[in-house]
Amino acid sequence: MGTTRREFILSTSRAIGLAALGGLVWGAYVDELTANKLMLRPPGALSERDFLRQCIKCGLCVEACPFDTLQLARAGSNKPLGTPYFEPRDVPCYMCPEIPCVPVCPTGALDITKVSTDNKLDINKAQMGVAVVDAKNCVAFWGIQCDACYRACPLLDKAIYLEYSKNERTGKHAFLKPIVDSDYCTGCGLCERACVTQKAAIFVLPREVALGKVGDHYIKGWDSSDDKRVKNAEATTTTTEISKESAIDSLNDTEVLLDD
Amino acid sequence: MINAIYKHRFLILRRIVQVGLMLLYIGGNVWGWKFLQGNLSTSLLLESVPLSDPYAVLQMFAAGAIVSSNLVIGALIITLFYLVLGGRVFCAWVCPVNMITDAAAYLRRKLQLDSVSKKQPASRKIRYWVLGLSLVLSYVLAIGAFEFVSPIAITHRAIIFGMGLGWAMMLIIFLFDLLVLKNGWCGHICPLGGLYALVGKVGLVRVAHDESKCTVCMKCKVVCPEMQVLHMVGKTSEQVLSGECTNCGRCIEVCDDDALNFSIRKLAKERGNETNN
Repeated sequence: MGTTRREFILSTSRAIGLAALGGLVWGAYVDELTANKLMLRPPGALSERDFLRQCIKCGLCVEACPFDTLQLARAGSNKPLGTPYFEPRDVPCYMCPEIPCVPVCPTGALDITKVSTDNKLDINKAQMGVAVVDAKNCVAFWGIQCDACYRACPLLDKAIYLEYSKNERTGKHAFLKPIVDSDYCTGCGLCERACVTQKAAIFVLPREVALGKVGDHYIKGWDSSDDKRVKNAEATTTTTEISKESAIDSLNDTEVLLDD
Repeated sequence: MINAIYKHRFLILRRIVQVGLMLLYIGGNVWGWKFLQGNLSTSLLLESVPLSDPYAVLQMFAAGAIVSSNLVIGALIITLFYLVLGGRVFCAWVCPVNMITDAAAYLRRKLQLDSVSKKQPASRKIRYWVLGLSLVLSYVLAIGAFEFVSPIAITHRAIIFGMGLGWAMMLIIFLFDLLVLKNGWCGHICPLGGLYALVGKVGLVRVAHDESKCTVCMKCKVVCPEMQVLHMVGKTSEQVLSGECTNCGRCIEVCDDDALNFSIRKLAKERGNETNN
């Protein structure tokens, strides 16, 4: 009635323009907010991308945690808002056998099957992260006897073991170097909490950040089960066209050298 | 004194419900109460009944998340609850942001800012655009887009799980409503309010206007956060049927002539007859 076609087109395109502008800013902000790769998630968490999509930020895992390990990311913390995480140097995960934080998750962002063997809860399967040793700043690597992280590890001699080697500097002492086995390390962070240096020389990082990936081209030839992986390997062949004549002549071609 | 309480009876009741719910949640987190755990995104009532924010679940659908049966049940319970009640009961009676924006609106009236800027420079339809946009963004980013910026979620998490910079968000909303746009957040932008306005179209609890008692003093329109829903005041006797009405009851309280009251929605036929009269 009141609106002409001109007005309608104008107001519609104005609304669409505003929506596009708003959407761009909004989307960029959310993208930026969720780009933090260094979040340590509760046990059984899906991969970071899936976790962010699946988590509804209700905080039930945080409330279930008896040690106040888990926290919800607060406004202004530069972490994905409202999602649960922990900082092991403050409070590590004490790896409760009954894992109270996981079954309460209403969305499956914390997946109970990821921390179960034969339908029984098994916290040792958790993969919250992996401990990394900064060998330059670990006093055990200096030759000073310290096994704080090794003693603190709930999977002692599996997730962290000591490697003995001779201290050539003194000639009569041994190094007791802590080595992390990422096959067993759950990323609970008890080692990081226990580390005696001013800033922890052993610390937990998300597995996606800390671990490399071999790919399918290198296999352990001595391990028959590893042999299968090579079948997944994809070969890429590149061909470079070289003329036979010019390839031979290239060594005789002194024109370039004589130019100067 | 008693008159003052009577004149604010719904307001006092709303604050008791809002603060009480937040207290129950805080108790769930801090003191380990098992009555109501979680927060307004998803909670667990008595360790057995799941309750979920239907908007958060909708965003998860749009983002392509696997939505568990618990969430679906929880969202259905909440949706049905507000669908039957009618109006944006969540906004006026549950949402903690309501206390912030009500405070801003109160201050606007006291400072007479409304008489300075009479015409509001924004449409109340923005919330439906934001609602649509949030679902498109959730689909594109494969992540619940509004949940990561929601001032509502930031506010209730700040109250329940620790403040952080949450107070800054509360202050921004307060100042926005006070200085930039009257009823700006709750009445124009908030997509959760937009969703509940759609859900609340058909519910039973309705404010009814009795034109024969009305003296056209317009106190109700001054105090109403969604005054477009009171279009019938002083004109016809009918129920407020817009889903945008928050059922806060402020109009009923301020009316000195008993021209406004809560009522149960009449059946479609009767309503038809009434408009014929």
